[in-house]
Amino acid sequence: MNDLYEVFVRGKRGLNHVHVGSLHASDDEMALRNARDLYTRRNEGVSIWVVKASHITASSPDEKDPFFAPSADKVYRHPTFYDIPDDVPHM
Amino acid sequence: MSFDNVYEALTGDGDARWAFGTGFTDPLAGVETAVPPGVDRADLTAYCLMLGDDALVMSHRLQEWCTNAPDLEEEVALANIALDLLGQARLLYARAGHADGTGRGEDHYAFFRGEEEFAGVRLVETPRGDFGDLIAKLLVFSTWRLALLQRLIPSRDPVLAAIAAKGVKEVAYHRDHAARWTVRLGDGTDESHRRMQAGLDRIWPLVAELFTPHEAEVRSARSGVGADPADLRAEFDAVLDQVLTAATLRRPDVPPDPGGRRGLHTGALGLLLAELQSVARAHPEATW
Repeated sequence: MNDLYEVFVRGKRGLNHVHVGSLHASDDEMALRNARDLYTRRNEGVSIWVVKASHITASSPDEKDPFFAPSADKVYRHPTFYDIPDDVPHM
Repeated sequence: MSFDNVYEALTGDGDARWAFGTGFTDPLAGVETAVPPGVDRADLTAYCLMLGDDALVMSHRLQEWCTNAPDLEEEVALANIALDLLGQARLLYARAGHADGTGRGEDHYAFFRGEEEFAGVRLVETPRGDFGDLIAKLLVFSTWRLALLQRLIPSRDPVLAAIAAKGVKEVAYHRDHAARWTVRLGDGTDESHRRMQAGLDRIWPLVAELFTPHEAEVRSARSGVGADPADLRAEFDAVLDQVLTAATLRRPDVPPDPGGRRGLHTGALGLLLAELQSVARAHPEATW
C-alpha cells in the first residue's frame, strides 16, 4: 500500500532543505526516487529528503495563539542592535 | 554585501534571483563541432541516425504512457525518461545533419523520413503492451544503451563523445528505475510475477538484434568513432542475470528473431510514425 511522504529539497543556492510538496510511494527508496522525478526535474536541487507524513508531528491551528502570539511583541530578540561584521555570513 | 547570503540570491536581478531551477547547462558547450579528419562522414551520419532512431522511437512509446501510467508519480517518471531520450535523439539528428553535409535540422530526420529509412532496432517499436511489457522493454533497452554509451565517451567524434557523456548519466537512472520495478514486480505477487515474466518472454526474441552489428557500426567501431554492439553482450548478460535473479524471474529461452538495422521493421513502426509525423507533414512550413 502506498504511504504519503513529504519532500524536502536543498536548492543549489539554498542553505537548507525546504519543503516542496508531497507524494505517494510504497517504500522509502521509491519515495526518494519519485521525489527526484517529481520535484527536481527543472534543475531545482542537489539534495533530497523524504519522510513519511505520519512521522511528522505538527503544531495544531488550535494552539496558534499560545504557541506563536507571545513572540509577536519582542523585537529585542532580533540581533538588530549590534553591528554585524561584513565577513559574518548567514545571519 | 560580499558574503554568500541566501537572501541576496533571491533579491537580485537575473538568473541568480531564483532559488530553484537555475544553472542550466548546454551539453555541447565548448565542444568542437567540426568532423575530425579521417572520420568517414557517411558512416558517422548512419551511426548517429541509428542511435537517434532508437532514442526517438523508444521515447515515443514511453510518451504513450502519459495519462495511462498506474499512478501520477510513475507517469512523471516515465515522461522524464522519454524526455531524456528525446533530447538524445535531437542531438544525434543534429549531428547527422552536420555530418552528411546537408545542414538539415533534426525535424527532417524525425518527421520526413519513411519507415524503411529508419535504422532503429525493432525492440523499441513494439506496441505499448501492459506495465510488465514496458518494464521488460525499459530494462533491456537501458541496460544495452548504457553499455553502448559508456563505450562512446572516448569516441573520436567529440560531439558523439559529449552526447554519450550526457546520456550515460541519464540512462544510468533509467536502468535503475527499470531494475527496481523488475524486482518489485517479479518478487511481488503471483500476478505481478506472471506479467513481468510474460513481458520478458514477449520481447526476448528481439534481444539478439541489439548485438547484431551493421556494417556501419563495425566500421565506426574500427575507426574509433563507434562501438561494436557484439562487444556489449557480456556486460548486458551480467546485469540482466543479476536483476532477474533478484526478481526471481528466469531468462527466457526462446529462439531469436534475426534482424540488424536494415530498415526492415515490425508493422508497428509504420503506425507509430503515422501518428508521430502527421502534424509535421500536414503543416510542413509550420514552426514550433
